[in-house]
Amino acid sequence: MSRAGEARGRGSRGPFLRAHAWLIYLFLYAPIAILVVFSFNKATQTAVWQGFTTEWYGSLVHNELILTAVRNSLIVGVAATLLATVFGTLVALALGRYTFRGEGFTRNLLYLPIIIPEIVVGAALVTFFGVVGLRLSLVTVVIAHVVFSVSYVAIVVRARLSGFDRSLEEAALDLGARPLQTFWRVTLPLILPGIVSGALLVFTVSIDDYVITSFVAGVGATTLPLQIYSMLKVGVTPEVNAVSTLLLLLTVILIVIAQRLQQPPPEGVRD
Amino acid sequence: MGSDHSVEIRGLTKRFGDVAAVDAVSMDIRRGEFFSLLGPSGCGKTTLLRMIGGFELPSEGRIAIDGADVTLRPPYERPVNMVFQHYALFPHLSVEANVAFGLRYKGVDRARQPEVVREALALVQLSGFEKRLPHQLSGGQRQRVALARALALKPSVLLLDEPLGALDQKLRKEVQVQLKHLQRELGITFIFVTHDQEEALTMSDRIAVMNRGRVEQMDEAARVFERPATEFVAHFMGAANFFSARVREAAGGTLSLALAAGGEVRLPLNGTRYRPDESVRFVVRPEKLDLRARDLSAHGVPSVAVTIEDRVYQGISTMWIVRDSADERFVVYEQNEKPFEEASRFAVGGRAFLCWNPSHAVVIRPEAEPS
Amino acid sequence: MSRARDPRSRIRNPAYPLVLPTWLVLGVFFLLPLTILFVISFAQRGTYGSLRPIEDFGHYVTSGKILANYARSLHPIYLQIFWRSLWMAVVTTVLCLALSYPVAYYIAVVAPPRRRNFLLGLAVVPFWTSFLIRTYAWMFLLRTEGLINRTLLSAGLVSHPLELLYNNFAVLIGLLYGEIPFMILPLFASLEKLDLSLLEASADLGASRASTFLRVTVPLTMPGIVAGIILVFVPSLGQFIVSDLLGGARTILAGNLIQNQFAVARNKPFGSAVAFELTAAVLALLFVYTIYTRKKGQDVLL
Repeated sequence: MSRAGEARGRGSRGPFLRAHAWLIYLFLYAPIAILVVFSFNKATQTAVWQGFTTEWYGSLVHNELILTAVRNSLIVGVAATLLATVFGTLVALALGRYTFRGEGFTRNLLYLPIIIPEIVVGAALVTFFGVVGLRLSLVTVVIAHVVFSVSYVAIVVRARLSGFDRSLEEAALDLGARPLQTFWRVTLPLILPGIVSGALLVFTVSIDDYVITSFVAGVGATTLPLQIYSMLKVGVTPEVNAVSTLLLLLTVILIVIAQRLQQPPPEGVRD
Repeated sequence: MGSDHSVEIRGLTKRFGDVAAVDAVSMDIRRGEFFSLLGPSGCGKTTLLRMIGGFELPSEGRIAIDGADVTLRPPYERPVNMVFQHYALFPHLSVEANVAFGLRYKGVDRARQPEVVREALALVQLSGFEKRLPHQLSGGQRQRVALARALALKPSVLLLDEPLGALDQKLRKEVQVQLKHLQRELGITFIFVTHDQEEALTMSDRIAVMNRGRVEQMDEAARVFERPATEFVAHFMGAANFFSARVREAAGGTLSLALAAGGEVRLPLNGTRYRPDESVRFVVRPEKLDLRARDLSAHGVPSVAVTIEDRVYQGISTMWIVRDSADERFVVYEQNEKPFEEASRFAVGGRAFLCWNPSHAVVIRPEAEPS
Repeated sequence: MSRARDPRSRIRNPAYPLVLPTWLVLGVFFLLPLTILFVISFAQRGTYGSLRPIEDFGHYVTSGKILANYARSLHPIYLQIFWRSLWMAVVTTVLCLALSYPVAYYIAVVAPPRRRNFLLGLAVVPFWTSFLIRTYAWMFLLRTEGLINRTLLSAGLVSHPLELLYNNFAVLIGLLYGEIPFMILPLFASLEKLDLSLLEASADLGASRASTFLRVTVPLTMPGIVAGIILVFVPSLGQFIVSDLLGGARTILAGNLIQNQFAVARNKPFGSAVAFELTAAVLALLFVYTIYTRKKGQDVLL
């Protein structure tokens, strides 16, 4: 499909569209930027700038609640990511490689956790745990996170698989490698960026999740978003800004890495 | 099964749903020959190749390689290697790792592998490229790496699936000659799939022309070109100058035909039996036709009166399009031996006689069996 | 001529062990809980938030008591909440579409290709950051002591702070803010595939820019538009955080209602009923969407 030439900036519309786009970008980033900036504000209650300080970041380090919440978030994040990545990759391989009965069912099953509102999923899970008598704890949080994460991984890895050149596997078989050896030496290395990317995405979603976690976290299983939320409800302080900034920073770094990994490999050279 | 046949195929069929992509094909491919599967897209040539390689399982039939039945064997258990259409080089491995990929399955130990790789790369004139990655190579270079990778395993049969398709014209022609020499040097059986008849003719010892899953003609390259067996092959090889005629007499080594356009023609009789008054068609290749100013039938040269419809300058030759009295169209290629400033004897709209050497006519029976 | 049988069919399909773990996890921890929730929606609340035991099940069904929760949800108070959720989701979606389309168009069509990745990345990053934090940012801005009011006051444009928070306006802004990235992505995906020579052909045949846009660009990018609408409308409908932080007692949405029933009012059966009504609405929408994509033969994510 041709993209008729490199000529851009289409006539008189170009500058207007550009301005609009940057306005929207401004709209998207300004509130976050302001949040970050004011995490360095000396004042406590007001939004009046009273000088630069990093004391709020300092106080975070001494805040037991925050530290526990961070620890919990990391535990849940790592555990849920590992499990979801394994399950999701396996499913993606199944859907991408084979035809089997229950294929359609599997696809729909994977779409559901993303589609059904988080409120409903959270309510269902807490009810379920109550019925089976499972006490709310970090474990229930991990379970909940795995449930909505598997689908993300499956989608990302599946996308990577669909761009995968099958003739590479045929070539490996042709050269003498058995199916398992082919998977290990050819398929896996080539889809690994997709798998890692999916894992990073899922980790991000996990440490950011509020709604579902609020339903299934027990006492002592407070994650960072939950902690931030309760701080918010009490009152807006620069400390909240500070911890939000840190969380944002982490998220952005992870996402940029994940995006980089999803870049397609470079093209070849001309004859 | 004989042992001077590298590959033996019996009644091979591949069905996708109701459609037979390959329909009861049988052939024997000789050891050390350059054999091409030629045909338009969809004719089944690639499917056939893939069945020989083990990438498709036949619906019916058998395949034997070097005397052993391999019909159901997976690709990694066949003494066959393939050069894929888009080369299928492993993008995450260097040239050297690509070429060495299959060596461990042949039991070549680690110490010896670099040497084998070096030999293989030297064969395709890519010495020194070991450390490069596929994306740093041009199309032609990638194709050679794919070749080296397959040859490093010293297969008894090499399969090539339109490997020159992505190369530009000039490079293609160079590589065709190189491949031919390589095959001669190595003595390995090559089975080559292409839709380009010129390519097949350049490189092959024998050609099988396929159409809709069946083999229409399988013969020496020159014979397929000069003596097409069926209408399809005639069209495909560019010999579509069809003359319609009726058999007058078939005796004494001569076939006398009455042309539909009028006049008589005498062709050498080659042992085929003809019934009197039978309808036949024969073809004469465009470059084997001549335009003459006079009727030469009295001298035993078949001559058909035609009017000249068009003239196209093609550099090496001039293409003439003419029509006979029965409104049949014929194409003549005339070698441009004279400079273009010199006027031709013929002009568009004028009249001429279409002549040819009787032995260049090839009779095609409508229900001709593939040879 | 022997019939070659596929020996591989004798081996069990290797796909099953691959999907089994996911089937188990999602079956037990997703489908089962949802089913239980659904069943509970037919029960009644007992003391201390548990379920009231049912004496006569037959009578329970025939008397219609089994549908008591659903009947209750039709009460005007709750209908008001559903209505608010609906029109907020619609307004959000429409505004999102209007604001995002030009951005996606700019990135995909107008901007120089080498900048495309960067621009897209800029749009994607908010997509993945914490919804909670992004909503909090507006809380920070819109409060009476917040930046906007401060600026307006010190600039002398108003005499006392505006009530920007805890109302429909704040919720809409919050929703819009949160959902725009979800709209830009699918629009971009569609626009990127757009064959520009079609637009040039249209212009060549005499169509004005507006005409080209309406008759060529929009129909060709319809899959992206529809996907974007779904991606924005559905979460907006089930929204909780935005209305919880930015809305007040006057801006309760369906999500807040559900959460309230489970956390505060401890009426799980009623909460479940509302949850399922929400789910039904979402699934109905998606059903329509799948019919649309199936007709168009679209690429599926999985």
